[in-house]
Amino acid sequence: MNRTQHIISSGLVAFVGLWVCGISYTQQPAEAFLFPRLISSVFVALALWTFGKAIMGWSKVGNGVSARAFMQMLPGLLVAILYVFWAAKGLGFYTATSICFFILLSLYDPAPHTEPRSWIKRLIISGVFMVVIYGLFAKLLKVYTPREIFF
Amino acid sequence: MEFIHYFGDVFAPVSFLLLLIGTIGGLILGATPGLSPTMAVALLIPFTFHLEAAQGLILLGAAYTSTVAGGAVSAILLKIPGAPANIATTLDGHTMAQQGKGARALQLSFLASAIGGVFGVLLLIFLTPVLAKWALAFGPSHLFWLAIIGVTIIGSLDSSSVVKGLLSGCIGLWLATIGFDDIMGAQRFIFHPALGGGINIIAALIGLFAIPQVLDMFSKGRRSTDMEVIEVEKSSLTGAVHEILRRTRALTIGTTTGSVIGLIPGVGGQIAGLVAYDQARKFSPEREKFGTGHTEGVIAAESANNAMVGPSLVPLLTLSIPGSPTAAVLLGGLLIHGIFPGTDLFDNHPDVAWTFINSMLIGQVLMCLFGLYVAGLAARVAQIPHSVMAAVVLGLAVFGSYSVQSSMGDVYVMATLGVMMYFLERFGFSAAPLVLGLILGPIAEANFIQGSMIANATDGIGAYFLGGAMNLFLIAVVVASIGYSVWMELRERNRKSNAGVTK
Repeated sequence: MNRTQHIISSGLVAFVGLWVCGISYTQQPAEAFLFPRLISSVFVALALWTFGKAIMGWSKVGNGVSARAFMQMLPGLLVAILYVFWAAKGLGFYTATSICFFILLSLYDPAPHTEPRSWIKRLIISGVFMVVIYGLFAKLLKVYTPREIFF
Repeated sequence: MEFIHYFGDVFAPVSFLLLLIGTIGGLILGATPGLSPTMAVALLIPFTFHLEAAQGLILLGAAYTSTVAGGAVSAILLKIPGAPANIATTLDGHTMAQQGKGARALQLSFLASAIGGVFGVLLLIFLTPVLAKWALAFGPSHLFWLAIIGVTIIGSLDSSSVVKGLLSGCIGLWLATIGFDDIMGAQRFIFHPALGGGINIIAALIGLFAIPQVLDMFSKGRRSTDMEVIEVEKSSLTGAVHEILRRTRALTIGTTTGSVIGLIPGVGGQIAGLVAYDQARKFSPEREKFGTGHTEGVIAAESANNAMVGPSLVPLLTLSIPGSPTAAVLLGGLLIHGIFPGTDLFDNHPDVAWTFINSMLIGQVLMCLFGLYVAGLAARVAQIPHSVMAAVVLGLAVFGSYSVQSSMGDVYVMATLGVMMYFLERFGFSAAPLVLGLILGPIAEANFIQGSMIANATDGIGAYFLGGAMNLFLIAVVVASIGYSVWMELRERNRKSNAGVTK
């Protein structure tokens, strides 16, 4: 399992390295790719070495991601991806952040989901966080964020 | 003694207020397990945009100093180091707390941190201008090699695998080339419109340091933070001062070790604390007491990890080579204000340079004063559940990276790099060399191109970049740092396999 993960991860890095190297040596003007050629050559050499070690089963550093850790992380990761790549722009920064904050809190808060008090606590924490974020970015730093459908 | 002229600037109302906020906030953030000093400083950078350069650096410098010291609070009261730099502090600090001497351990830790920190900053004050003048003699080839040294030293020394550390550095150097080429205006590796302007350093720093920690907290699931905070009893401060004065050997060993290690680029506070602890034990007549709640252990470890802070900025402020991952983030903070380390900093912006350095000196004293009072509160903050912490950090990361240029592209870059780094870290890759590559990449490329132009008009590239005593010395440093790390890695592997055979 661990060996397979090492092969996949180092294989992806080697693929990126080969892609960077290929572009560096073929794109024009050549002068603009002088430095990328230099680093991509070292990049590819090291990446292929790492990939070779992974295939041989000699990769010792890094424990990979356990199935349990991945499954526990997955809901949070999906919420975060939706928040960053869709909701923040689609719904408006503050609305999206409030919803995302509350969902993450509900997903990972160890307090039982059956207790009404824990839901009230989560709502209060989310509200306080939003007030602080709004005060900090909108009022203090005057950052104009996308408002879109909501706020 | 130029620094004395700028002491007054630290006490300007806004600057001093920022110093206080950075110090108190840093102490609390440092005490929170899961929030590393590097991440805390990276998350603070967006707030410095709207400040003057000196004020922004004061905030970042204060946060850097006090997060390292604040990590001792959770190390002592919860047995969880707030930062890797505080690992050695848990050995005797937590045992002291269990024996009902938590307050004394905290007092000793903050006093030792302040003394070590002041010594480290004094070293920074006196060494930096000398080295900056020396750096004036450097040509493009030397500056190119210096940038490569920065990446290779952190890549090889800061990583558990030399090859993966160097590979991380290469990925960072490549990421730095994305966008439009400065000289020809050619597009390079722009495979998404968000990358048109290149990768914004601040968004990348936030993503690379904050998002992996958020995902790490997610991966722990709905775990409650059932940590027990040891109550802090009242203890006389004069007693702690007397104890420090009685333990000058441990204090001297810690301060000296921390300062020397801080000067070596790439070696962080974690090593400083552990090496100082080990040396203090070796030279102590009461070495059998170490690990049983001995005050010398706390003093040596804490004086070392704060003495490291000042010297870690010497190579940064003079040669653009950060001494630690947090110093690399500080370099990003300097660059966004259009200030380049080296002679430019001290000749053209002496007010910024000296106000920043002086604020670190005063910050050490404030950190000691407030640390003693904030410790109890900081320990409570350390109990904040992972769910809240992860959601807060994610929200701050999104708002922080967006606020840099009001660009959603930066938020996408931040999130993508962060998720990528989380998985890469699981396979032995490291964020620090990647960040160094990203920051030093433009410096390395600009000097490589400039050097190539000079070389084409003179002796050729080979002779220009590989000839001359200074070039050879710098190349030797690159080779030596890689060679040393490979040797250490092989030795460790042999030790492990021998231990396996013995079993």
